Amino acid sequence: MIEIESVSKLYDGRPVVDDVSMVVEPRSIAVIVGTSGSGKTTLLRMINRLVEGDAGAIRLDGADNRSIAGYELRRRIGYAIQGHGLFPHKTVADNIATVPTLLGWDRPRVNDKVRELLSLFQLDPDVFGTRYPHELSGGEQQRVGVARALAAEPNVLLMDEPFGALDPIIRAKAQEDLLAIQKHFSTTIILVTHDMEEAFRLADKIAVMDGGRLLQYGRPDELIRQPATPFVEALIGASERPFRILSLKTVGEAVEPGGADGPPLPEQTSQKDALAQMMWTGRHAMPVVTAEGNPIGRVTLDGLMKRAEA
Amino acid sequence: MSKGIPHVLRAGLLALLLAFLLTPQTFEPLLKPLVQANAPAIYNQGSLLSLTIQHLTIVLVATLAATIVAVSLAILVSRPIGAEFLPLSRSLVNIGQTFPPVAVLALAVPVLGFGEKPTLVALFLYGLLPIFENTLTGLTTLPPAVMEAARGTGMTGLQRLLKIEVPLAMPVILAGIRLSVVISLATATIGSTVAAKTLGEVIIAGLQTNNLAFVLQGGLIVGALAMLIYDGLSAVEQRLSTRA
Repeated sequence: MIEIESVSKLYDGRPVVDDVSMVVEPRSIAVIVGTSGSGKTTLLRMINRLVEGDAGAIRLDGADNRSIAGYELRRRIGYAIQGHGLFPHKTVADNIATVPTLLGWDRPRVNDKVRELLSLFQLDPDVFGTRYPHELSGGEQQRVGVARALAAEPNVLLMDEPFGALDPIIRAKAQEDLLAIQKHFSTTIILVTHDMEEAFRLADKIAVMDGGRLLQYGRPDELIRQPATPFVEALIGASERPFRILSLKTVGEAVEPGGADGPPLPEQTSQKDALAQMMWTGRHAMPVVTAEGNPIGRVTLDGLMKRAEA
Repeated sequence: MSKGIPHVLRAGLLALLLAFLLTPQTFEPLLKPLVQANAPAIYNQGSLLSLTIQHLTIVLVATLAATIVAVSLAILVSRPIGAEFLPLSRSLVNIGQTFPPVAVLALAVPVLGFGEKPTLVALFLYGLLPIFENTLTGLTTLPPAVMEAARGTGMTGLQRLLKIEVPLAMPVILAGIRLSVVISLATATIGSTVAAKTLGEVIIAGLQTNNLAFVLQGGLIVGALAMLIYDGLSAVEQRLSTRA
């Protein structure tokens, strides 16, 4: 659990983070969104004390983050940034081993961890371990950057626009991988982005910042249905609202009894994707199946439309 | 950066230089036409090989000292704690560079006496600037994302310096050292005006007796040394920077 309590940061007397309070539940993903200059990155960097706050307190599982030295704190918190920041003169394996080595793990344990993470990120340890970062593609570099951040099994992972440099197709894949990884390690993640699509895809809760202030902090559907300010509403995009609502739920949650013609939808498909498929193929209903392929009912155009209403 | 002289030429030059230093007499016919009837064509007031070794030793010692001081100074002023000394340090090494080595020799002889010492001082001062400026450039132009990641992974200031900053800046630092070595190789010859044992002796002897062959062999040995060392250090830099 991360408790942020009335923190502020001033630069030249001007607040860049202004009295922000929020609580991130354990094993959840909080996404901080806002325009550039909104203070979102500064807030993130205050959690691992790359930026020292001027007021307020941040507690990690109850302990004030100023109770230990900054560098020790940062070894316990994963940190992944835009443009990955891999050390160009070290191999992929050595990059991932950075924090475990700093923590003094013995060599076999470090090697095991490196191999485990590379496999988890679908990079063959025997092929990629000895390569240098410049020999990797953008997507591979980004995965190694996240693997490095997770190497010491931190409870908390901070991510600053981690997918910002990726092209849209690789980005979607990276987001999926992140969700899987988060489930695998039960990590608490705080991620900063200016991409609303990304925020809605990943977030359990979204924090909207502007001018250093936290405007709203809530579940994605709360932000859509009850935006706290016109800025929040504008950021979400008024015309995007119904689609954003549908994108948050799966067809499994909208199943109605009965059958339908046409190709079946797996129950994990988002309602937005189901709607898009129905509109594109001109159908009014489609069958839904479980992951194993057993039919469990159907979704209807009318049903989805009702769910998208304000 | 160029890939350096192709290997064959490099090896050829080295072989030629070694042959000349070990058996200078075999080259006498080549140099004979440059001198008057009875004058010697090959330097005969000492061993060319030992002069070369002494020349290299003086350059090595001066460059080593300049490297230690310039790199330490650059590291210091690139830390937040030493930032206010940056302008002062820059002025000091600039003075070292602009003060002519001949003048340094003239000033140092009354204090240190004749011999190697004044030359070492002159070369040391003259060599500081390229190493200092390159080290400073190398340390202050590292990729911001890499530096952010180094802090973010929990490295201490010293760990960042030794594990990340210096290794990444190494090719640029080496380029400064290379420049300094080449300048020093040439400048060391004037040390012989104050009785330092360098290849300058050969050139000076040639000038005093109007012996063109002496002047030429002294100059050519220094030139060959400079090319080979420049080339060797370039190759090391190349190896380091392909990974960065």
